[in-house]
Amino acid sequence: MSEIADKVKKIVVEHLGVDESKVTPDASFIDDLGADSLDTVELVMAFEEAFSVEIPEDAAEKITTVKDAIDYIEKQKAA
Amino acid sequence: MFRLDGKVALVTGASGGIGREIVRALHAQGATVVLSGTRQAVLEEVAASIGAEGGADRLHVCPADLSDATAADALVAAAEETAGAPLAILVNNAGLTRDTLAIRMKDEDWSRVLDVDLAAPFRLCRAALKGMLRRRAGRIINIASVVGVTGNAGQANYAAAKAGMIGMGKSLAQEAGSRGVTVNTLAPGFIQTAMTDVLPEAQKEKLVGSIPLGRMGQPGDIAPAVVYLASDEAGWVTGATLHVNGGMAMV
Repeated sequence: MSEIADKVKKIVVEHLGVDESKVTPDASFIDDLGADSLDTVELVMAFEEAFSVEIPEDAAEKITTVKDAIDYIEKQKAA
Repeated sequence: MFRLDGKVALVTGASGGIGREIVRALHAQGATVVLSGTRQAVLEEVAASIGAEGGADRLHVCPADLSDATAADALVAAAEETAGAPLAILVNNAGLTRDTLAIRMKDEDWSRVLDVDLAAPFRLCRAALKGMLRRRAGRIINIASVVGVTGNAGQANYAAAKAGMIGMGKSLAQEAGSRGVTVNTLAPGFIQTAMTDVLPEAQKEKLVGSIPLGRMGQPGDIAPAVVYLASDEAGWVTGATLHVNGGMAMV
């Protein structure tokens, strides 16, 4: 697993207070990890801070799973 | 009831008439209070006079010019650093007026009042909410005005800002509710302060005539309502506008 994926996972575990084993790539923040809309906004803000990237509103809306977040951040970091 | 021991509160406009009574009341309930305002010397004077009765170590001064967006954005973090603990209570009390009839109102009169009385409170709410949502606790109390609901000739800018504050507070209350953070508005009526001292005598007399309780309010009439909204006991009150106006407007 990449460093980014590791860090994303850690943030999700920390923020949502879920077990690490549940944070699989396909896990949906809302459907599988019990997040509400405010949690998802807070997660996006936590990602922005941790990775020093800016995630605009329309991109943030499309980040619904752990993999979505990892992919988006990896793409930003590669650019 | 209504004790605030161990809680950190930030009060803006703390050197003003209402602000200093809010500081005094929160402090008397055991809170650690950070006083903000533009005039550092006056803030220190207020803190010293309240602290002289005890608990001086629970009073801190953190000046900021809220017409400066950067300063407003930075104030919550600065207050937390000064107090050495996260913010539990935010009281947006700072405000100013630039009264004149609309047809004579300059763009600058409009924007300055909207900046300080509405945009700055939003900036402070935004900064405070980030931590409060995470900690699952917090109280925001925005001091609006009865004119935000009734309107007032000569105060199109001020009334717009205060009405805006009420709508903003209701929205934030809905956003923050699931985290146990409450956002309420307190709407004072006509209170005897430097802001209302400038009104002509005749207008003041007319105003008092429209108040069922027969007198202008004192800053001490407002502060206890802030204590209530800041307390644990008010945990089921959010998005409310508490009118404290001697009955002048029963809304």
